[in-house]
Amino acid sequence: MEFGKLFELVIAASLINNFVFTRFLGLCIFFGVSRKMETAVGMSITFTAVMVVSAALSWVVYEYVMIPLDITFLKIIIFIGIVAAFVQSADTIMKKVSPTLYYKLGVYLALITTNCIILAVPLINAGEHYSFFESIAFGLGSGLGFALALVIMASIREKLEVADVPAPFKGLPISFIIAGLIALAFTGFSGLITL
Amino acid sequence: MSVSQKSNWELLKNGMFGENTIFRMAISLCPSIAVTNGMKNGVALGVSVVFVQTMVNVTVSLIRSFIHPKIRIPIFMLVIAGYVTIIDMLMATYARAVYKEIGLYIQIIVAFASIFARAEVFASKNRLLPSAIDGFGMGVGFLLAMIVISFFRELLGKGELWGYSFVSGNPLLIMILPAGGFLAVGLLMGFFNWIDMRFFGGKGASGV
Repeated sequence: MEFGKLFELVIAASLINNFVFTRFLGLCIFFGVSRKMETAVGMSITFTAVMVVSAALSWVVYEYVMIPLDITFLKIIIFIGIVAAFVQSADTIMKKVSPTLYYKLGVYLALITTNCIILAVPLINAGEHYSFFESIAFGLGSGLGFALALVIMASIREKLEVADVPAPFKGLPISFIIAGLIALAFTGFSGLITL
Repeated sequence: MSVSQKSNWELLKNGMFGENTIFRMAISLCPSIAVTNGMKNGVALGVSVVFVQTMVNVTVSLIRSFIHPKIRIPIFMLVIAGYVTIIDMLMATYARAVYKEIGLYIQIIVAFASIFARAEVFASKNRLLPSAIDGFGMGVGFLLAMIVISFFRELLGKGELWGYSFVSGNPLLIMILPAGGFLAVGLLMGFFNWIDMRFFGGKGASGV
């Protein structure tokens, strides 16, 4: 397993194929929690951690359970089950082990199940036949890319609170237009690495 | 247990306009940008959502008295995932060309907040017929939003409608680029807010 390939995967997943700006996944969460920097950072940390673990878990299940049993057609149901079960157990364990951490990040955990990226990453991993470490690298890259998008957006929206936006565009519509402009900037990354 | 008193027509209208998934509730936004670069893709996903949403509401409504409230979330998830798998396989078999482009987003329907929300809020408390109509209305509302967005993006970006070319060249290339999707949805959302404020005295759906 060469290190360079993994590094390329992380960069590609986080910048070139950024989930929010070029694949348009996880938008509900993206617009939902990017109003304040504090929530954005909390969500980013929780999200990246869950992403890496669920990518690893679903790879193991896919490779050692689903392929031998020839039930890969059930992948949607099984992957959403794995993610939901993992998030639920992380929630319970965190509440018991570290109440302070739970107090800070617990809300985001509950939100994560409704995030489409969390389901898209295992599905793409399975579709591309990534190896174990490649899957983890892809999960990490996706998490970092989402975190980057959230932090950029949050820092702009905090300034936007005091800006004079035309009434019909207040709130979501203007955020969409800003996201469009950021996406335009992100097209500049395409062609950085060719996989 | 609150049972809806609205007439069937009101239910249908509510789903299509009053609580339009994308423009008013601002949920399930991902596909509104991802697959609206052409009308064919937009309509294909919209129709899939109408199917899943209606069937999920029907199923949940039928089995609502057997579901223990504590385990309802996993059960709803399973019901949704089941129907999504069905539509996923149907698309893969009968609409290969479209499926190649939007396959991933079809599978992502599982994580749609709107479908889950209707099952939880409406279908788990109401009888069969209202639930079916509510699901259908919600789905059609989503389909309409997809048609509107993809209409503008395809026309402005490629100069085409449903694959038929009107203008040679790419008039406004940005509209079919990823960035154009965000811009189109933002502008349309602002436009509908404006109509609501100007003519109906609403507050607009500034949402989140």
